Amino acid sequence: MSALLSVQNMTHYFGGLRAVSNFTFDVPEGAIYGLIGPNGSGKTTTFNLITGIYRPTEGKILFDGREITGYRPYRIVHRGVARTFQNLRIFGNLSVLDNIRIARHFNFKAGLFGSLLRTPGALKEEKKVREESMQLLEVMHLQNRALEDAKNLPYGELRRLEIARALATKPRLILLDEPAAGMNPKEVSDLMDLIRRIRDEFKVTVFLIEHHMKVVMGICERLKVLDFGETIAEGLPEAVGKDPKVLEAYLGKRGA
Amino acid sequence: MGSIFNTQQIINGLQLGSIYALIALGYTMVYGIVRLINFAHGDFFMVGAYASYGAFYIFNSFLGKGTPLAIVVLVFAMVAGGAIATLANQFAYKPLRYKPKLSSLVTALGVSMFLEYFFSAFPLIGASPLGFPEIIHRASFKIGPAMIDNYVIIDIVVAAILMIGLTLLVQRSAIGRAMRAVSQDKDASKLMGINVENIITWTFLIGGAFAGAAGLLSGMTYPRIDPYMGILPGLKAFIAAVLGGIGNIPGAMLGAYIMGIAETFANAWNSLLGAGIAFIILIIVLLVRPTGILGEKTADKI
Amino acid sequence: MGKLKLPQLTLVAALLYVLIKVLSLDSVGALNGYFMIIINRSLIFVILTVSLNLINGITGQFSLGHMGFAAVGAYVSGTITTLVLKLSPDVVSNYPIFIGAIILGGIGAAVAGLVIGFPSLRLKGDYLAIMTLGFGEVIRIILNNIDYVGGPRGLLGIPKFSTFTIIYVFTFFTIVLIRNLIQSSHGRAMLAVRENEVAAELVGVDTTRYKVLGFVVGAFFAGIGGGLLAHLLQIATPTQYGFYASALLLVYVYAGGMGSITGSIIAAFGLTFLSQFLQLGFDSLSSITGINFGSEWTMVIYALLLILIMLYKTEGLMGMKEAKLLVIEEGTK
Repeated sequence: MSALLSVQNMTHYFGGLRAVSNFTFDVPEGAIYGLIGPNGSGKTTTFNLITGIYRPTEGKILFDGREITGYRPYRIVHRGVARTFQNLRIFGNLSVLDNIRIARHFNFKAGLFGSLLRTPGALKEEKKVREESMQLLEVMHLQNRALEDAKNLPYGELRRLEIARALATKPRLILLDEPAAGMNPKEVSDLMDLIRRIRDEFKVTVFLIEHHMKVVMGICERLKVLDFGETIAEGLPEAVGKDPKVLEAYLGKRGA
Repeated sequence: MGSIFNTQQIINGLQLGSIYALIALGYTMVYGIVRLINFAHGDFFMVGAYASYGAFYIFNSFLGKGTPLAIVVLVFAMVAGGAIATLANQFAYKPLRYKPKLSSLVTALGVSMFLEYFFSAFPLIGASPLGFPEIIHRASFKIGPAMIDNYVIIDIVVAAILMIGLTLLVQRSAIGRAMRAVSQDKDASKLMGINVENIITWTFLIGGAFAGAAGLLSGMTYPRIDPYMGILPGLKAFIAAVLGGIGNIPGAMLGAYIMGIAETFANAWNSLLGAGIAFIILIIVLLVRPTGILGEKTADKI
Repeated sequence: MGKLKLPQLTLVAALLYVLIKVLSLDSVGALNGYFMIIINRSLIFVILTVSLNLINGITGQFSLGHMGFAAVGAYVSGTITTLVLKLSPDVVSNYPIFIGAIILGGIGAAVAGLVIGFPSLRLKGDYLAIMTLGFGEVIRIILNNIDYVGGPRGLLGIPKFSTFTIIYVFTFFTIVLIRNLIQSSHGRAMLAVRENEVAAELVGVDTTRYKVLGFVVGAFFAGIGGGLLAHLLQIATPTQYGFYASALLLVYVYAGGMGSITGSIIAAFGLTFLSQFLQLGFDSLSSITGINFGSEWTMVIYALLLILIMLYKTEGLMGMKEAKLLVIEEGTK
């Protein structure tokens, strides 16, 4: 399996603070890859760098062999990278259906005038978008909420919507930022099934940040551990779980 | 061209800058502490001017023209400015403090419109400009090659005194420390036992008082006041605050003096340039360095 | 799926048109010339308010200099018609030229929207507000200083081409086209920019493009409104389109509801009529009491109204909702 995502010597400074230090790693296509580490270790920053929210101070990022370093986020999405956010960024005042449809917009073939005048071509595209979006909602068991304002959804469904919206961009790689946050055990279990489906049925490579150990150990095939912006361990979950440096980072010197 | 950059113009520029500085400080302090662009601030300046007008006629008979009267009128102007600012904060801004910022901005516009039209509509005050009385006898004297009015000197000196006072307050006093703390981190300040709303009220009060003082100085120097007199100076003072770094007190002073001098020179060269220089400065600042000369870049956490 | 509602909308619009026309006939006399002036003004304000709503309410940007766009439209169209009239005063059918001039005015305003849209991209919230305010003022200062278009005195003697019918039709098209835009995929992209710009970018929306688009389309319709206004009042001056006019327009948008076309329509009519009634009220008060209550009192009431709306019903009359007649299908806003 080739590397779908390749990060090379990525370093990033915020002013004088080094947030990420000389990262190099590959995420192979078809993998479920995990990024863990204590709070503030640079995990979300890594996601932000990969998705173009920040431009890395140094280093290169390649997706499917082509460079995406410093591209604007929307272009990176067009290439096939999607992400969810730790602090849900759902379009609250819009309907659930609209949230999904917006993610399909960049494939919308009709131009501005087509929409202004509601030409047959534009209407055909609208129909297509609606159908595709409803299909996705059905797969994610959210179709009953389609016309409701997203902000009215309960937390668990909001998280599902966030993932659904990312999937709607038809990515090849999805970055999930703490998808299990705030979930009860049943929801976590469903989430793990969903992540496996994303990889197996949707054929999307998964790269996730997570604190929830059950999720990390349960579905990740490879892990990378960060602390203070540096990689302190990498490899198979069982090995990483026993690595003294990792235990020290999480539990402190005594706990190891 | 060389005749433009002379002592006369520099002193005039400093004088204009002094007035802008007093107004700009209010903008910057309020922004620093509640992140609100108080569009009505220029109108506090106007209120100060009218209050001075009123004070003059009340106290003139007792005191007669001269310095004592001027001081009384100054106090009056500052009290008026401070009072109106406090009222605006209490009734219009405070209720919206924790709502989306857009509402506060629009409300500030509403307060501004209200003050201007109210003063304009009021039969006694009216929409016709009033001639500002002479509080201190006008005199001119020579400084180097330039003929300077005593008013110009008064403006510069009074502004300087007030600004020094403010700097001392902010740097040395407990209230000043509290103000700096709240503008850095409201929540942490609350945890430290600071009564945040109180500090906010004080900030509005001081800012408004300074604007009121500027209103008096402006009335004395350009002896015509009208209800809309605050619009343009307010806007320019605001741009000055942005130039210096909005939220930054030394920045506001710096920006104001730069603005005053730039405007004076631009006006001397070409009146169209003079009218537009403030906006040219604004657009350049916003495009090149929105945080201003002394401002700090704050990164948003994503 | 995708029920158009255009037939129903057109029908309602046509009926209203006929109603107003009939009522304004001299024989019926219910709506006299005075009312028609208010109705015409209200319609133009519908165009202006809806166009501002597109920028502020739908795309979530903050434009404080919107009347600057209207000014461009007013001056461009006014200059064209006065020039044409001067060159060939006996051109019989002026209306095609008029409509062409109005549209050119809109295009001119759209260009201004493009110019203002781009630098504004790097700015958010407060800074964007100031920037647009600054640009609006720059437009005013420039117009104030171009003697060819009358400088501070403004463009005078603009022919009175704005008839009720023409204004009505332009308003109808503005509402329909903007509604179509908002309830299309492009419109949803703009809404996404409003709701959460980062998230919008991260689902593939080119936020820059849509922010600029909001300005350009909003400016275009503002230019149309400005052109129609100039040909109604027969004059265009820089002060008419200054900061206060823009601030007033904000009152209209907020009162109706940010993001609601219906709200903008109601607000435009409601507030225009309100200001007239207030004026009448103050005039009678003046004659009764002998104190002169000038037109400023109307503005005082407006300002208070704005403050009260902000304090007690921040989202405006309609919030973000639309009347059923304007909604194309369920599930789109």
